[in-house]
Amino acid sequence: MRFNGVVLSAILLVSLSLSSYSLKAATLKVGMVTDVGGVNDQSFNQSAWEGLQKTKKDLGIKISYQESKQDADYPANLETLYDAKNDLIWGIGFKMADAILLAAKQNPKQKYAIIDYSYGNKTPPNVLGVMFKAEEGAFLSGYLASKMSKTGSVGFIGGMSVPIIHSFQYGFKAGALYANKKIKFNEQYAESFTDAAKGKAIANQMIGKGSDVIFHAAGAVGDGVIEAVKEKNKMAVGVDRDQNYLAPNNVITSSMKRIDNAIYNVVNDLGKGTFKGGTTIEYGLKDGAVDVAPTTSKMVPSVLMEDISKLKKSIVEGKLKIPATSSAFATFVKSLK
Amino acid sequence: MKNFLVSLLSIFLGLLLGGLVLKLSGINPLDAYTVMIEGAFSQPNYISYIIIRSTPLILTGLSVAFAFKTGLFNIGTEGQFIVGALTATFLGFYFNFNPWLQIPVVMILSCFASSLYGGLAGYLKARFGVHEVLSTIMLNWLALYLSNFFVFIEGFRRPDTETTEFINQSASITLLENWKVSESGMAWLENHTFWKSFLRPPFNAGIFIALIMVFLIWFILEKTTFGFKLKATGFSQLASRYAGINTNLKMTQAMMISGALSGLAGALHVMGVSKNVAVLAAHEGYGFDGIAVALIGSNHPVGVLLSGFFLGTLKYSGQKLQSALEAPSEVISIMIGVIIFFIAIPSIFNWPLKILSRIKKESKQ
Repeated sequence: MRFNGVVLSAILLVSLSLSSYSLKAATLKVGMVTDVGGVNDQSFNQSAWEGLQKTKKDLGIKISYQESKQDADYPANLETLYDAKNDLIWGIGFKMADAILLAAKQNPKQKYAIIDYSYGNKTPPNVLGVMFKAEEGAFLSGYLASKMSKTGSVGFIGGMSVPIIHSFQYGFKAGALYANKKIKFNEQYAESFTDAAKGKAIANQMIGKGSDVIFHAAGAVGDGVIEAVKEKNKMAVGVDRDQNYLAPNNVITSSMKRIDNAIYNVVNDLGKGTFKGGTTIEYGLKDGAVDVAPTTSKMVPSVLMEDISKLKKSIVEGKLKIPATSSAFATFVKSLK
Repeated sequence: MKNFLVSLLSIFLGLLLGGLVLKLSGINPLDAYTVMIEGAFSQPNYISYIIIRSTPLILTGLSVAFAFKTGLFNIGTEGQFIVGALTATFLGFYFNFNPWLQIPVVMILSCFASSLYGGLAGYLKARFGVHEVLSTIMLNWLALYLSNFFVFIEGFRRPDTETTEFINQSASITLLENWKVSESGMAWLENHTFWKSFLRPPFNAGIFIALIMVFLIWFILEKTTFGFKLKATGFSQLASRYAGINTNLKMTQAMMISGALSGLAGALHVMGVSKNVAVLAAHEGYGFDGIAVALIGSNHPVGVLLSGFFLGTLKYSGQKLQSALEAPSEVISIMIGVIIFFIAIPSIFNWPLKILSRIKKESKQ
């Protein structure tokens, strides 16, 4: 009985603190499971949590998160949030695809959403996939990298050869070629999203080969890339969040993926009763979900910034199609000639 | 008995200090412990998860404890766990026999691989005097990168992921895996809510094998001359050698058995829960937690069994603090750290006890 009393008073406290927010969607409860990066990973897990915190502030949603320490934690964490009676459960990152699919089958009445993964035609009716047209943001940063390069050579360092990273890679290359048809590339996968030392080594190699702007889409590997670029006083392009603060004089721009905005939008839809389960939403430039970082104008001349806004316009209007796969990239190259 | 009391007191102090940390981060410790207790025992599926989580901890704890009895500090359980898990995935994927053959073959060969890996450290110590703490720490990293290398081999890697292919169904030890998602199974479970909840997690046969191992290790240590020789080596190498025990051989053998136990933990984890291995960014900690389990269980097989369940419960229910109270789950790590701290210096309890008895004496006089 005493336990119940404690729980009741806890619930009472929570509901009291929430009642000061707008009551529009006060009954909604949304939780997220991070991948092994944890909630303070300076990258997409953190961005996702920032998005949820914004829904708490603006919409009065009850939010919570579960950090995963190991891959084997995903099912247990999803179940914990299920037992906590959340209206929507987020899985952050494609690593959670299998666990979400299984949970969705076991609990057909529970709504799930996953970042960076699409189940295609096989999406269960209670699951929403959220994808980003990362290639559109990468295209813009590729354009800038190419224009800013003094040596006519740019580098790309990817985490692993998976579709999510390909979209960054080919978008970036397309943008660079669009700016300068004679641009040269150095490309390599680090086979890791965490090994910063490896990122530094690869970046140093690329600088040695003459690349003076290096773009990374490799999570924490990028910390090493940016470090190398800073030491050699070259240029880097960040990823996911605005990474200018890591090296204010060297990170010329970042290819941003606004996971926070996407999460906010989906939760907002949920509140309005228009949750699009069974489908995959693709967020792009026109939704403000991918973009170059706001700090870009600090390092990039205003002439180029004007180019960027023109390019953005043609991408949003659909005049410019950005490739996300190697085959689409090949067609894109042909169209340039 | 004294060890048991020290463990209990340490656990109590750990919970107390953990509560203090919670209090400092602005959370009512009573609320937190309520969440943990309810999150651990209020539903059958929670208990099922605790058993699943405790299984590898019991085995790696047993592994550390066994080596410790021979005077060796096996910090390589993490690496041996990885080798066992990798081997089990590899064989489980490439072999596809009848389950009655497949499961023992995969399990035994995984143990064999990790026992060689553990034995390597034992041999280095026996032959060249390389301290096992140093060699096993390095072997941990070797295992991690070896595993990551194998995961990326084309044909073994699942396309477009950073994980390997899944093991064949025939190597799975998850209980009633197909039945519980079949139509007849779902219909039956609909009417039996306890089992429906209990079987929702990947409950597997691993715990039974772990229990057998606890008995086996107890038997070896307490009831065989082999175990006696191992323990003698642990007490005093020089005396044992004088008594005609081949201590070098015994150390290598102890590390091999210890490695096999950790490898078994990895193999059972793959066969029962994860079904594959992923690229590792860092050590997952199943092996390192084994050191904590062994220490709390004062290196006795039954103690290890109990402390394995205790740590498994803490680790599982502690995670629930996050979503329920927005409390940092690191509190659990602090708690475990404090518990081990006190267990490592048992004399800290002697001191107040002495004072107490002196006061009693004086009051009598």
